[in-house]
Amino acid sequence: MSDLTKRTAAELAASMEAGEVTSEQVTRAFVDRIAAVDDKIHAFLHVDAEGALATARRVDADRAAGKDLAPLAGVPIAIKDIVVTKGLPTTAGSKMLESWIPPYDATIVERIRAAGMPILGKTNCDEFAMGSSTEYSAYGNTFNPWDLERIPGGSGGGSSAAVAARMAPLAIGTDTGGSIRQPGAVTGTVGAKPTYGANSRYGLIAFSSSLDTPGPVTRTMLDAAMLHEVICGHDPRDSTSIPQPVPPVVEAARQGLSGDLSGMRLGIIKEFAEEKGAEPGVVAAFEAGVEALAKLGATIEEVSCPHFTYALPAYYLISPSECSSNLARYDSVRYGLRVGDDGQHSLEEVMSATREAGFGPEVKRRIILGTYALSAGYVDQFYGQAQKVRTLITRDFEAAYSKVDALVSPTTPFVAFKFGSRTADPYQMYLADLFTIPSNLSGGPAISVPSGLSDGLPAGFQVMAPTMRDDVAYRVCAALESTQEPRLSDMIPDVV
Amino acid sequence: MSTATLPSYEDATTRYEVVIGLETHVELGTRTKMFCGCSTVFGAEPNTQVCPVCLGLPGSLPVANGAAIEATIRIGLALNCGIAKWCRFARKNYFYPDMPKNFQTSQYDEPLCEDGYVDVDVDGETVRIPIERVHLEEDTGKSLHVGGTGRIQGSSESLVDYNRAGIPLVEIVTRPIVGAGAMAPEVARAYVTELREIVRSLGVSDVRMEQGSLRCDVNTSLNLPGAEWGTRTETKNVNSLRSVERAARSEIPRQASLLDAGERIVQETRHFHEDTGDTTPGRSKETATDYRYFPEPDLAPMAPDPQWVADLKAALPELPRQRRKRLQAQWGLSDHDMASVLNADAVDLIEATIAAGASSESARKWWMGELSRHANDQDLDLAQVPITPAQVAQLQGLIDAGTLNDKLARQVIEGVLAGEGDPEKVANARGLAVVSDTGALTKAVDDAIAANPDVADKVRGGKVAAAGALVGAVMKATKGQADAKTVRELIVQKLS
Amino acid sequence: MAAISRDEVAHLAHLARLDVTEDELDRFARQLEVILQAVQRVNEVAADDIPPTSHAVPLTNVYRADEPVPSLPRADALAGAPDVEQDRFRVPRILGEEE
Repeated sequence: MSDLTKRTAAELAASMEAGEVTSEQVTRAFVDRIAAVDDKIHAFLHVDAEGALATARRVDADRAAGKDLAPLAGVPIAIKDIVVTKGLPTTAGSKMLESWIPPYDATIVERIRAAGMPILGKTNCDEFAMGSSTEYSAYGNTFNPWDLERIPGGSGGGSSAAVAARMAPLAIGTDTGGSIRQPGAVTGTVGAKPTYGANSRYGLIAFSSSLDTPGPVTRTMLDAAMLHEVICGHDPRDSTSIPQPVPPVVEAARQGLSGDLSGMRLGIIKEFAEEKGAEPGVVAAFEAGVEALAKLGATIEEVSCPHFTYALPAYYLISPSECSSNLARYDSVRYGLRVGDDGQHSLEEVMSATREAGFGPEVKRRIILGTYALSAGYVDQFYGQAQKVRTLITRDFEAAYSKVDALVSPTTPFVAFKFGSRTADPYQMYLADLFTIPSNLSGGPAISVPSGLSDGLPAGFQVMAPTMRDDVAYRVCAALESTQEPRLSDMIPDVV
Repeated sequence: MSTATLPSYEDATTRYEVVIGLETHVELGTRTKMFCGCSTVFGAEPNTQVCPVCLGLPGSLPVANGAAIEATIRIGLALNCGIAKWCRFARKNYFYPDMPKNFQTSQYDEPLCEDGYVDVDVDGETVRIPIERVHLEEDTGKSLHVGGTGRIQGSSESLVDYNRAGIPLVEIVTRPIVGAGAMAPEVARAYVTELREIVRSLGVSDVRMEQGSLRCDVNTSLNLPGAEWGTRTETKNVNSLRSVERAARSEIPRQASLLDAGERIVQETRHFHEDTGDTTPGRSKETATDYRYFPEPDLAPMAPDPQWVADLKAALPELPRQRRKRLQAQWGLSDHDMASVLNADAVDLIEATIAAGASSESARKWWMGELSRHANDQDLDLAQVPITPAQVAQLQGLIDAGTLNDKLARQVIEGVLAGEGDPEKVANARGLAVVSDTGALTKAVDDAIAANPDVADKVRGGKVAAAGALVGAVMKATKGQADAKTVRELIVQKLS
Repeated sequence: MAAISRDEVAHLAHLARLDVTEDELDRFARQLEVILQAVQRVNEVAADDIPPTSHAVPLTNVYRADEPVPSLPRADALAGAPDVEQDRFRVPRILGEEE
């Protein structure tokens, strides 16, 4: 049964539907796989084998009883530990929430449970999703299955590594500046950031509220599309959720897999092409991808998005500002860590000691940076100006989409780097998000799909599309995937 | 504490100009909180009206209560404000344990309502109070301070209850009120009284100062005639209408004494003490707190539809001041009598009693007489006296029908207040009715004449006024159940 | 242009209730200097007449009906608290007064 873990989610769903295999068998296979390899990868912070198997048995019983089941019923999933799960520990990768058991489910978790998908466990991430390597998790590194000396990307390194190492067929990530896409790129998996507002943030532990977006982490585009349709849709508990129907992304992915992109106009961003920071191998893989898409009938043209070069600075003002406020609630009063309450110290002292002890260096840095960017005298120059730049970036996108249907770029400028190589200079780490950030600022969908290898390590190809046109991004990415034989995500070295 | 001698209030207000400003917080009477569906019922067991949102649990998100926004706009319209075409909530960032997120969701430079006024009557003169803004925010939780005196100072620990956290709070801010001179405290009180009446008439809050659903801060500053405005102090904890006046009245001589001594006024909050009528210093506001306001990314902006606003405006009820003027005219009351009715909080009760069939004179007589006395004796608000306007009207009906006289009516009221039922029922049960049996009455009159021959002679001799003694004798003999007017008529008839 | 002193970092850390060490002060001041140099590039953009974007999605008037929904059971509300007394969240003595 071990080959079950090699199958895609769509294949597993079909096998279950056909009665060839049960959800319990499938779930057991992944649970066993986690037990076998996760001491090398450390993708999971918490494994809930019992809970997952219980769900699997229930789905099997429902299937046997002839009940109507969701398309992914019985297919197990891993969830980034920044998404709140009722009764399952949720740490956000932080000491601050080491022993917190949430009393409620995130909306997307409710939807996953309602779809009958067994939850295997919670995956490692940079603390409060701040980072590009998962090195800022309070619970240790996650290792890239392609090379155990290298980072799996971040912040959602755990979810991508879990999927890459076949410990889960599907996972949930969250993307604020690239935290789904960049780990996808460096682990040779698919990472999809839906349109901001296309799904619910309710129960997603906030890092930067105007940017955070949960989304699928998978090995194939069809799997991503199927998961997208489970988790997306309007939620009245999230005021920024868009009250519109979900675009037909599964249909779009199937269309793309048919290998026909005639009529599709793709734009290459001039300013990104001029960016000198990207590794040659990454650029080569990107160019090969563009060529492959052109062969499928897409037309390629260069478009200018002059403000994209200001996206990274704007992002590193807006997201720390929002995070400094979002993370104020960790104060030792209602939940989480408390340090230094020995009867001698005041609440103020206990609060400051707790926050000092509970937060790691990157979180503290961003809180201080955000506090600065919002403070009187600086707010206009930093936070305010960044918001104006955000408007200009959105306008650049709008202008581009008047000419092309989608924009393409490398997902991240460099392949998986070695542990410790970018932690000394935080800004070097920030550069990992160079190409992913514009979509977060504008809110439009963006997907990273594997496009090739650079020195034996995977590189990602990013497709960006207009707001609520997630289907366009799925179609293009699926088309690129269809040109790969074998699929890059099937070439991931086995970890034994 | 300054040792400067305290000038008299009259002296202080003769030499200094007084500028006063009021910030009033009104807790709205919505069924649910501002950003979540938790109940707002007052007095629930601690932490039973809380949820992930109002506890600020990680991942939770706010959704604005439409009824609170409507109520705020109606308050703004009643205060002659303009309503914003587009505005946002903002986060006010500061740490305090009764604030679950360590930011308050409030409004900053984009209030829902701006630039209004309210006219109040002070000593027969109309004073126009300029309103700067009306905005919507959320309330905080409540702390119980343990150890020491129960105040925060000197306590050993605090216990926090978040039931109140997140209840919608409307803040109404006046512009500085100038030129009121020695009348400033009365003007302040009249304004808060009027504001309370207006809010109550809109039915959006119970505005009970003793329960904290209406709270007031009084800002006071003094300046020499013609000079610039002085430094202001902000007096908090002003929890009754009387205290609004007292707080200003005590702050004026205090500031005058400092200015007389050449000292400067410290910009600070001061706490009002109901017991002494004094204020004591609180937090210095010399160094402005940096609240790092920024637009709340979790809530969509508000853009009230102009047509909706116009409809709300058209549907405003008659405002209290107009209504008072109308009723005063209808009831034919002097300013003085109307003021008494207002002070007794009897307007609604009298109006309802009239609506139930009583004349305005009789309705006013009962509520301002017997029932007000009862309220005073029992330390109740007039509206809390356990008799309804309909019952009062029924009582008066019994008098008008000759079934009861005033003396019997008072006994009936006793019965109603004791919970014995409607006036008719009480009168029947207690056997209270004017003696209408003419046989019995004639006998009682004959007995009285026989027993008081001297008096009878005087009446026969034309001194009709002397009949009073005979009437009294008859009333005594009939235990008050005779109708005095009928008795008098009978006596005069017999002796003429 | 923008420089950030060690004292300023200390002030910001206090505003953010972070009891940072001397070591961290040095490190953060140095690192924030680098980051600020990079991010202040946003000021190269002429944007005086550009409206700021605070929300990625241009929705307005997203309201909820004023209808109560069940609150958390009290035990659940208090379950994660570091310290509970009399069904309330216990905190050490508070020095500062309410804002």
